[in-house]
Formats: sequence, C-alpha cells, structure tokens
Amino acid sequence: MVSRPHGGRLVRRVLSGRRREIFESQYREMPRLEVPLERAIDAEDLARGVFSPLEGFMVEDDYLSVLSRMRLSNDLPWTIPIVLDANREWVLNEGVSAGDDIILTYHGLPIAVLTLEDIYSWDKGLHAEKVFKTRDPNHPGVEATYKRGDILLGGRLELIQGPPNPLERYTLWPVETRVLFKEKGWRTVAAFQTRNVPHLGHEYVQKAALTFVDGLLVHPLAGWKKRGDYRDEVIIRAYEALITHYYPRGVVVLSVLRMNMNYAGPREAVHHAIVRKNFGATHFIVGRDHAGVGSYYGPYEAWEIFREFPDLGITPLFVREAYYCRRCGGMVNEKVCPHGDEYRVRISGTRLREMLGRGERPPEYMMRPEVADAIISHPDPFI
Amino acid sequence: MGDKVAIEISRELYEKARKFIEENGGFKDVSELVEFLLNEAISDESESVGMTPEEEEKVKERLRSLGYI
Ligand SMILES: [Zn+2]
Repeated sequence: MVSRPHGGRLVRRVLSGRRREIFESQYREMPRLEVPLERAIDAEDLARGVFSPLEGFMVEDDYLSVLSRMRLSNDLPWTIPIVLDANREWVLNEGVSAGDDIILTYHGLPIAVLTLEDIYSWDKGLHAEKVFKTRDPNHPGVEATYKRGDILLGGRLELIQGPPNPLERYTLWPVETRVLFKEKGWRTVAAFQTRNVPHLGHEYVQKAALTFVDGLLVHPLAGWKKRGDYRDEVIIRAYEALITHYYPRGVVVLSVLRMNMNYAGPREAVHHAIVRKNFGATHFIVGRDHAGVGSYYGPYEAWEIFREFPDLGITPLFVREAYYCRRCGGMVNEKVCPHGDEYRVRISGTRLREMLGRGERPPEYMMRPEVADAIISHPDPFI
Repeated sequence: MGDKVAIEISRELYEKARKFIEENGGFKDVSELVEFLLNEAISDESESVGMTPEEEEKVKERLRSLGYI
C-alpha cells in the first residue's frame, strides 16, 4: 500500500456529467477572471488532487495559519500558500461577493469555476518574509509576489479544463500514479524532484534511495522555467537515456509534474514532499539547498525543517551530495569517503552547462555519455 | 447500541490509552481511539482515492497506451 493522500482523501474536482452541462449553459453570464498561466496551473493541480486536501484556493483562515505556523487551520502540515489574487478594481467592477460562482479563464479559455467563499486582502511584505524568509525583491519568489493583485479570493473550485499542456504525454496525475504503483506491486516509492538533466551525482542519490524502496518516481517539474534552464523535452530525453542504459527494467517511473516553482527553499522542500505523498510516494529525496536560490537559505535548512513535521506522512530521505573520489575510485559522499579535498572531484552544474552548450561531452565521471548525447543532439537545449 | 462488538485488550494498554486521551484529547473514549487506529491501519487505499472499478480501468487504459504498463 503506497502513501495515503495528505489529509486522508484524494481530491478530484473535475467538472463532469450533469454539473458540466449546467455550467456550460450558464457560464457565459458569470463573472470572469482572466488569470496568468501560473494560476491556471494551480487550478488544475488543485482539481486533480496534487494539493489534496485543498479543494480550492485558500480562504483567509487557512492562509494566515499556513503563513504563521506552516499548518492549515485543521493542523495538517502545509507550508506554501496556494492563493488566487485579483485587482481591487476587478472586484469592485464585478461586484462579486461570497457565494458567487466565477469563471477563471486563461487566454479567454474557461479553466475552472470558483465558488467564492472569502475575499480578503494580504500583506505582501509579511507574506514574503514568512514564505521566502526575505523581503528582498531580487528574490524571484518575492518579486513575483509583489507583482500580484492586492486582493485574494478563496473558495473551492471545479476544473473545466486545464491550460494547454505540451507535455501531456508525460503527465500523470495522482490517481494515475497510484494505479500504476499498485499495478507494479510497489509498496514503497521514493520520489525525486528535479528541474535538471541528470549527472552522476543525481544518479548516485537516486540509486542510494532505490536500494531501500521498491520503485523510484523521477518527477521533473515542467512548464516553469527561467532563462538558461534546460528545456523540458531535453530533461525528459536525458532521463530516458539514463533509465534505458543504467537502471534495471521496471523500477523507475518517469513522469512530469506541471507545478509552479517558488524558490521558497525549506518551506518548498516540505511542500514538494507533501505533493509527492499525494502521488503515492512513501519517501521523498530532499536535496541539499532544495528549492533554494542564490544564498537566501543555508545548505541544510531544507533538511532541518523536516524535524518540525513528525506527522508529515512521507519519509524524507537526506542523501548527501555525491562527488567522484580519485582514491575511492567512484562516486561517494562525505559520509562514506575519508579522503581529503585534493582527491574529490565535484560536479558543477554550471560547468556541465558550459560544456554541453559548446556541444562537448563532459567526462564520464560527471555525466553518462548516452545522457550527454541526448542533450547535445537537441538543436537548442536551453531556454 | 447499534452495530458494535466487544474486543479485548490488555488492561495495561487500556490504562495507557485512557491516560493518553486524558492528556491529549481528541477522542471521546478508548473505543473511539481503537476504532480510529484500526481504520488507519487496515482501510483500503482505494477507498481514500474513491475510484470505481470502471474509472480504474480507464486509468489503466491510458497507462497502457502511454507504455507505463
Ligand atoms: Zn574517497
């Protein structure tokens, strides 16, 4: 039996059948709120159970509780607020109030019906300080927060249809991974969160975890990129090469998750774990400086925060970063290798990127040749 | 009282459970705690997902068509 969904029950709120027909006949008259891709993605993630037990955007009680004590008002661990913003003018013009149904649209396309429960304002500075541990607008998450509307709308939602997804073929939702793990007979599954192509360090960490569990879920975040990042399809190709040539058959599931990235460091590490619990994972690999950016968080802060959540319901795995040791003659980590710095060859993501950008294969102790070839053969691997 | 049956547990464990409830609250009595814990331990995972067999078959079809199974 894989992990139970967070809060006990998997949320599924996709409009169908009779309800759908009713909405299709009525939604032209409903107030419409055009949302950016990030919110449309949140809406689909909410409706498909990625954020179980949330059934919609947070009402003020839950929002404030998450902000101040990293728990929903019912005490369940939750670290990243999932909120919908709007401009004050929109709220005034539409004259909406609690109880109203509104349509969220993305590029004019109806995405979801939101039943308003709560309209409230937020203190963005406080939000930034609590969630990101800084008010510095140079932090990408803080910058994004400051750009959002000044009013928040809370309420349950129902999905009409998700925003167009170029990676649909690789996208599995929680109900699907759960059925899949059951089919495979996996009782324990470790999830690996990534936004990168795999180098030998990643492989080492994944295989260390895989030694103790039945299966591995390689789960890249897709659709949320900044300049210089690897393209989603490049990450997929690179992993396909790695799995084909270096993993036993049938022990890995590769699937993408379209979810927003906040760079909220420790809080986001817990969030990533909760989300993977909803996909059925029993274990979650937490990286060094997980979901960090710049030097806003200490390298092991994302590990320490897990101590505050003995009731998370998914086991975090803290596997130390791997490097190549010339004396050990292989990939090792600080816990298992006694040798000095002069023998250690660390894999630098920046250096890899430069080499791959020039079309060069990195040395084999950094990246598998098949993986390098999969990246280099792409005409334009970076955003 | 309704559809209840009696079960036996050691007095020692019972006393511990009673004390636990006294200190932590959350449960009316030991019976309620036992029922909750048993449910946690043995309830079928598919219940928490709430899928009908037909829905599950549809999911499997998609997984097959994508080559996952
Ligand atoms: Zn060594």
